[in-house]
Amino acid sequence: MKVDRRSFLGLGLGAVAGVVVSPVGLKLTDDSSIWTQNWPWTPVPVDGEISYDNSVCNLCPGNCGISVRKIAGRPVKIEGLAEYPINDGGVCLHGIAGLQYLYDPARVKTPLKKNGDKFEKISWKEAIALTAGKLADIRTSNAPQKLACVTDKSQGSVAKLFERFLTAFGSPNLYTMPSLESNLEMTAQTLHGAGNTIGFDLDNSDFVLSFGAGLIEGWGTPVSCFKANASRKERNAKLYQIEPRLSNTAANADKWIPINPGTESDLALGLCAVIIKKNLFSGNNYDTGNFKGGFNKFAIMVQKEYAPEKVAQICGIKAAEIEKIAVMFARSKMPVAIPGKGRGNIGQSLKEFSAVHTLNCLVGNLNQKGGAFIMPQNDYLSFPEAVMDDVAEIGAGQEKLAGSINDLVAKLAATDKPVVDALFVYNANPCYSFSDPKRVKKAFKQVPFVVSFSSFLDETAMEADVIFPINTFLEKMEDVPSQAGFAKNVIGLTRPVIKPVFDTKDPGDALILLAQALGGTIAENFEWTSYAQCLEGITADIWDSLSEKGHVLVSEGAPDGTVYVDFTFLSTNPSTIQADGDFELTLIPIDNMRLTGTVPAVSPFAMKTVSDKVLTGTDIVVEINPGTAKGFKDGGDALLTTPVGTAKVKVNFNDGIMPGVIGMVRGLGHTFDNKFVSNKGVNVNDLIGPVIESGSGLDAAFGIKAKISKA
Amino acid sequence: MIQDKKAHKFGMVIDLDKCTGCGSCMVSCMSENNVPFKEDESRKKDSITWMRVYKLTNGKSFPDTEVVYMPRPCQHCEGKGGHGHSPCVSVCPATATDYDYNTGIVSQIYTRCFGCRYCMGACPYHARYFNWWDPKWPEGMENYLSPNVSPRMRGVVEKCSLCYHRYQLAREKAYAEGRDQIEEHEYQTACTTACPAGAIVFGDLNNPAHQVHQIVKPDPHPDPMNKDVVGKSRNPKVFRLLERLGTNTKIYYMSEREWVRKAGDNYLDGEWDKVKNHHGSASHD
Repeated sequence: MKVDRRSFLGLGLGAVAGVVVSPVGLKLTDDSSIWTQNWPWTPVPVDGEISYDNSVCNLCPGNCGISVRKIAGRPVKIEGLAEYPINDGGVCLHGIAGLQYLYDPARVKTPLKKNGDKFEKISWKEAIALTAGKLADIRTSNAPQKLACVTDKSQGSVAKLFERFLTAFGSPNLYTMPSLESNLEMTAQTLHGAGNTIGFDLDNSDFVLSFGAGLIEGWGTPVSCFKANASRKERNAKLYQIEPRLSNTAANADKWIPINPGTESDLALGLCAVIIKKNLFSGNNYDTGNFKGGFNKFAIMVQKEYAPEKVAQICGIKAAEIEKIAVMFARSKMPVAIPGKGRGNIGQSLKEFSAVHTLNCLVGNLNQKGGAFIMPQNDYLSFPEAVMDDVAEIGAGQEKLAGSINDLVAKLAATDKPVVDALFVYNANPCYSFSDPKRVKKAFKQVPFVVSFSSFLDETAMEADVIFPINTFLEKMEDVPSQAGFAKNVIGLTRPVIKPVFDTKDPGDALILLAQALGGTIAENFEWTSYAQCLEGITADIWDSLSEKGHVLVSEGAPDGTVYVDFTFLSTNPSTIQADGDFELTLIPIDNMRLTGTVPAVSPFAMKTVSDKVLTGTDIVVEINPGTAKGFKDGGDALLTTPVGTAKVKVNFNDGIMPGVIGMVRGLGHTFDNKFVSNKGVNVNDLIGPVIESGSGLDAAFGIKAKISKA
Repeated sequence: MIQDKKAHKFGMVIDLDKCTGCGSCMVSCMSENNVPFKEDESRKKDSITWMRVYKLTNGKSFPDTEVVYMPRPCQHCEGKGGHGHSPCVSVCPATATDYDYNTGIVSQIYTRCFGCRYCMGACPYHARYFNWWDPKWPEGMENYLSPNVSPRMRGVVEKCSLCYHRYQLAREKAYAEGRDQIEEHEYQTACTTACPAGAIVFGDLNNPAHQVHQIVKPDPHPDPMNKDVVGKSRNPKVFRLLERLGTNTKIYYMSEREWVRKAGDNYLDGEWDKVKNHHGSASHD
């Protein structure tokens, strides 16, 4: 066939027409667009009915009410519970991210037993039998006091069950991790007698004088502090923040008063001196007849030792300013002074807490609206009387091994011979959160048998021989009394919103199993079928409203009656704890709301919010005044050295920190197995050594002397 | 252009004097919207944060330094003259992002987006983020994902939607109850409800009964100094970011401190003093 021009064009046009009319092209385009929109690897969350479960968060001592949104029974979001007496709908980032803890890569999923350097999975039965066996041996040797126990707090039924277990076992060696609450209890005991704690009525105070308390850095009950702070302007209330660094609290305050690190107690006593000298202390609503234990001696001591000029020298502020603040504080209608640098738990001294709280005592705001409330400790739990056998009686007659947890660590680390035969650790991570954690790990290694009750395989759990996996706050039942400086007394009830994701139990159930395995009087003390049954029994007086409403508001508003103030402790002028070392600069730890310093470590979401001025890659960034950092580059590398250790850091020039001070955030440098959280930056505690305050036994070192050099 | 008089214009005002920089809004947003996370989130340019809190300082040396925190969601620009031509919408070749005249919300449709990232270049507020990798959750963590927001995939841009799914849920509820309108409290974004300091107020800027309207007092007339600018606040404490660009954002900020308000835009020497006391068209009060 001959192809002429006509047939060629005809064929060509025909082909074009064919292609245009044919559905193939369209079909292919359509198919490819559909195909490119298939992402089988992208999860499609299951839809379903929406429901809400109310519970109480207990990630920190704040104990906020939470509302958990569930879809088809699956928790998808945590929000604040409206009208809850602590947080009224507000909630912090750690609580919101709480669901991540359920599936945390570092969770302990089954009971574990240490075998050499590694952990192997065992069943609950084996774990209980193994532990009960070791404990029975201790009792057979008639030395039950050789079991020691460390818990995160002293309040609530779980802490009380550990206490009961030790009593039945025969050991007085129960220790509590330092917390703002324990520091306040000790302060109340020193100034007002045992059995009390202190609450601060921040919602109503018109002048808050904060000695470094990180009101928006996680101090106390964080969300209620946020709310009190946010309502300050509407209430015409003032906040003066005293600390060496422009923290978020200081930035939000009406006035930031930078003072040399570690001189808070000097300033507080200096203010006391001015108030006494100017005779501003006998408020019209206060009877100085309640001053005991040598008020005159105290008055003379502060005039002599803490005159404004002298204090001004120590603190690095003007004497006139000290006088001004003192007068302003004393003349305010509802002033309140609050102690506890940062979160108020670690690196605090009894002298500082007492000195700051003495300001409250002097201006007569105790048990007054907007002031400091001296509140009796909770007693809503009624346990059946403890039963003790002969072995338990032997142990009960023994003296406590150590005066405080710090003392215990020191005693354990000091010798190669085992001081205790077994150690329980519940919900605490001293191998991370104590200063110089290497020392704590060494102490733990001296204990032949360490049992950890933990939800996460953190630094301390790693040191254990047996780990009992514990439910997270979303899986467990627990009563949680409000604490840590909160002015109301609220008992909350944490309730499971999801069945345990792994093979974990409530700590109370683990203890009941253990007691029953031990048999005898120990089992008699734990004759409950479950922790839930136990809780219902021991909270019988309030159980109905607790289980119905999810909380009980025990008290609010100023407590009745006057309180005596005992000046004995301060009138002897106990010495101020100084930062250790001879270097020129001072390294201070920074509490940052977006990180946590204790248990649990942060969630991946919270880690994501951490600024690149705090952490960049795996490098920690320290804050330093540009004037102090001469010769260094902003964002550049440096070597930070303290008497305890050396760390490679990056430098961030910050005008909001006093010259001569280096700030390093708390909460980084974890070493456990969670790539989203661990191996990032440095644990500031690795650079700080303990300085123990005699008497209180507190590790009062807030920072340490340091130097920086070129990396 | 014909504007629907009944149209909503959702927006917020953030009180920077109340904001504490705690980060609750960021995490609430991540949790609400299935935002993924990865091992290293310290490179902020590829760290997906629909809501990001910036730290601003007054630049003065010790001890006169001051700091404020500024939460920054998508600003939901109305575009020049309020015609809906947001910077990102104008450049999107796929209509993957669009301006909704009924709500004032700038949408993002992940399955339409093919990842050209023009919108990211166009956005003056760095509010848009690109998924360089597929999201991966640690084992089991997919169980907390919400079905109300699609998880995204590699190669698409994402950003704040003002929790549009919450608006949809509120409307569904209203419809089921036979109501035309939703109440102010029924539609609130996740960041707003999470803020423990109560620094964020969210609502309909077109509705005089809503708190956000009462605080912002948006000017119904264009700014006489710059016809592109509409909805300027008549509250002397309230400002918007880069307001003079005429992007007409619906996220307003509030501060009593002058240096904070000044930080909302770039000014030539002496320029600030001329504009600082100009709050909306006073003649129309």
